[in-house]
Amino acid sequence: MIAILHAPDLRSVNQARGDLMLWYTGKRLLQMIPVFFGATFLIYFMVFSLPGDPIAALYGERPPSDAVLAQIRAEYNLDKPFIVQYLLYIGNFFQGDLGTTYSGRSVSDVMASAFPITARLAMLALAFEAVFGILVGLIAGLRKGKLFDASALVVSLLLISVPTFVIGFVLQFVFGVQLGWARTTVSGAAPIDELILPALVLASVSFAYIVRLTRASVSDNLNADFVRTATAKGLSRPRVVTVHVLRNSLVPVITFLGVDIGSLMVGAIVTEGIFNINGVGGTVFKAIRLGEGPTVVSFIAVMVVIFVLANLLVDLLYAALDPRIRYAK
Amino acid sequence: MGIVAIALASTGALALSGCAGGTTSAEGGSIITTNGTEPQMSLIPTNTTEVGGGKIITSIFAGLVSYSATGEIEDEVAESIESEDGINWTVTLQDDWTFTNDEPVTASSFVDAWNYGALVTNAQGSSGFFDNIAGYSDVSNTKDDPTGATDESGAVLQIPDPLAETMSGLTVVDDTTFTVQLSGAEADWPLRLGYSAYSPLPTVAFEDMDAFGENPIGNGPYELAGDDAWQHDVQIDLVTNPDYSGVRTPANDGLTIVFFASFDAGYAAVQGGDLDVLDQIPESALASYESDFPDSFVNEPAAVFQSFNMPYYLEHWSGDEGKLRRAALSMAIDRAEITDVVFQGTRTPATDFTSPVIDGYSDSLEGSEVLEYNPEEAVALWAEADAISPYTGTFDIAYNSDGPHQVWVDAVVNSVKNTLGIDAVGKPYPTFAAAVDDREASALTGGTRAGWQADYPSLYNFLAPLYQTGAGSNYEGYSSEDFDTLLKEGAAASSVEDATAKYVQAQEVLLQDLPTIPLWYQNTSGVWSDTVSNVEFGWDSVPLYSAITKN
Repeated sequence: MIAILHAPDLRSVNQARGDLMLWYTGKRLLQMIPVFFGATFLIYFMVFSLPGDPIAALYGERPPSDAVLAQIRAEYNLDKPFIVQYLLYIGNFFQGDLGTTYSGRSVSDVMASAFPITARLAMLALAFEAVFGILVGLIAGLRKGKLFDASALVVSLLLISVPTFVIGFVLQFVFGVQLGWARTTVSGAAPIDELILPALVLASVSFAYIVRLTRASVSDNLNADFVRTATAKGLSRPRVVTVHVLRNSLVPVITFLGVDIGSLMVGAIVTEGIFNINGVGGTVFKAIRLGEGPTVVSFIAVMVVIFVLANLLVDLLYAALDPRIRYAK
Repeated sequence: MGIVAIALASTGALALSGCAGGTTSAEGGSIITTNGTEPQMSLIPTNTTEVGGGKIITSIFAGLVSYSATGEIEDEVAESIESEDGINWTVTLQDDWTFTNDEPVTASSFVDAWNYGALVTNAQGSSGFFDNIAGYSDVSNTKDDPTGATDESGAVLQIPDPLAETMSGLTVVDDTTFTVQLSGAEADWPLRLGYSAYSPLPTVAFEDMDAFGENPIGNGPYELAGDDAWQHDVQIDLVTNPDYSGVRTPANDGLTIVFFASFDAGYAAVQGGDLDVLDQIPESALASYESDFPDSFVNEPAAVFQSFNMPYYLEHWSGDEGKLRRAALSMAIDRAEITDVVFQGTRTPATDFTSPVIDGYSDSLEGSEVLEYNPEEAVALWAEADAISPYTGTFDIAYNSDGPHQVWVDAVVNSVKNTLGIDAVGKPYPTFAAAVDDREASALTGGTRAGWQADYPSLYNFLAPLYQTGAGSNYEGYSSEDFDTLLKEGAAASSVEDATAKYVQAQEVLLQDLPTIPLWYQNTSGVWSDTVSNVEFGWDSVPLYSAITKN
């Protein structure tokens, strides 16, 4: 407390903090380079190691002649050793060519159609779980032990324990088939209104975790010294709750949301399958099954970047939310 | 960095399409919607080998003939297809057909397309369909890689080295006539010609085949609805072709094929009224589809034969001992119960090696009792084989676990285990590719699941590719002189009746040898919503889209 009272010049302190933050961000971004190469190399190797010849499998019970198969293999560099395949891929990658799928489409086209849809779905789900999760968690935390709190706990426990596909099929059946309020499956353009139901399904489990995280954190902070001080200073209850309790309670929630952006972007495969959404999860799943190295690696590379950036964003938000957290060299 | 740019671009698109979202409106007119899958290759008839692309190709192209619901051929572009000897065929075309770019459909449209499909350097997946045309060996010729490169098994790699660009057996006589010389007699050759690989191509296709495959120009009942009709991984929009005048003139205004990753989603879509016709019932709905769609479902045998092979290289499974064990195995499987319980009646127990929808099928072939469940006889035959050489070890059937096979494989091995009293298990491979690898390398340790979906409705197509000595899909190396002779005689027969008689005898040889253990025929199973009528499924399990009407 004394140190703060003697703080000489607030502007220069802020300046120093800004420099530190920039330095920290730069360091984190540089760390992405080895992560990128390591991840792409490993994933490429794993796809390469998948058992079986992907080209022969394309034709099922009626393979064309060996010469035809050999030509197709050569076209996709599958006749070359692993390290050559990987280097060719990386070389083309930095020239902006991500390769082609076995159907002859360029991987960048596939990405350009799949990522926006998944991003839209993930952001919608994130918005749902953040807004409703924090709201419900806050109320439950403030009214600990009351009826609302108890019901929130039961509902969240239910959502956590029921698998996503069950929630998905049930909501699809009730709202899509029985009531007819929503489309059972999402159409090609995947407009926002059609994505509401899938986003709710996708958000359900994380929503439950956020309710519980927020509730625990809020009820802890209600008893913290700084809240008592704020109340004692005569601040209004709404101000104490929003500025002092909620803001400090959000640190663990933000951590969770940050990690969740990543998993929502890549882990929507079940939800995408139920509602027939042409997103990232399904595309990668199909590519893995077909053994399409370039498609899998390109998608995963983008996912890695999204993960790393989301985590960086979270770390930066910490400091904004909690003044006790500082960056160090 | 390229990657960051893409990630950012996708957020931009998010905002843009978010705005556009509200303006999408329902499709007008009587457009039929049905399920499909993203074509595995671009839409080139000779490079389309799977059903997802096949149902689109068949809709936008008209070949010499097309198939009726029961698998009979009806003339499309052909005026007549005639031959005296089954070897030399004369094909005459109707003279009023055009592609949708107004180019007339001529004899060259067919001959050029077939030559393109067969030429080895074009690497077309369906090139094998032309292998009975004289001169095919010249266009499909290969030579040993001059660098001496070898594949994993040590065999010298083959590189393409065509001796000719075109097949000598195809000759254009005039605009509406061409002749075809086959390399051997084939009485029912015209039956093949409704298959999509035999479609004609306009000259523009040969200028840039890749571009053509994205935006094909055909002569069929439907055409692509504009340049962006094919939304990859999403759907393809087809509209009726006003110039089409064949036997499949559409009774609707168009067809939208929506690509589904799972039949479960498709089923929900039909239930919710978001899809008109679904041509496969998902496993999860097998118990409920009859009550969900009491008046609008189909469930009948299709031209899909399913079995499992016992490789001849396995100890105990060749020679006289192998013959006894194969028969014992076959009689140890309770097909009726498995089709009933596991598949809820959407499979039909096999009584031959073909399918009930094929002309010439018989459920009472001599020796077909070996396909009936008979535990006493099975045990007796197994004991007889044990007298030659006692059986040891575990019996297994390989399957790829990325497909829906585990349940029935387990049921089959349990049936074997309970009847014969031996250890029997299912052997999962992670992917189909992995299973194929072991099959190619003759490294299987037991049975392997097998299946055949006919390309064209003929007994011959179920027999020759699978069991003839050295045939392309004869993976286990079965070879029988009797069978080969009968098949050859059937192919050369002067009438379809005589041919069928030979094929029946050929199947009776198979029933003795059991190169594969027949299990069941997969059924055509589909449902449709009450918004459409006149839904009929073809012999190939694909709905006859052109006949469907919207209520």
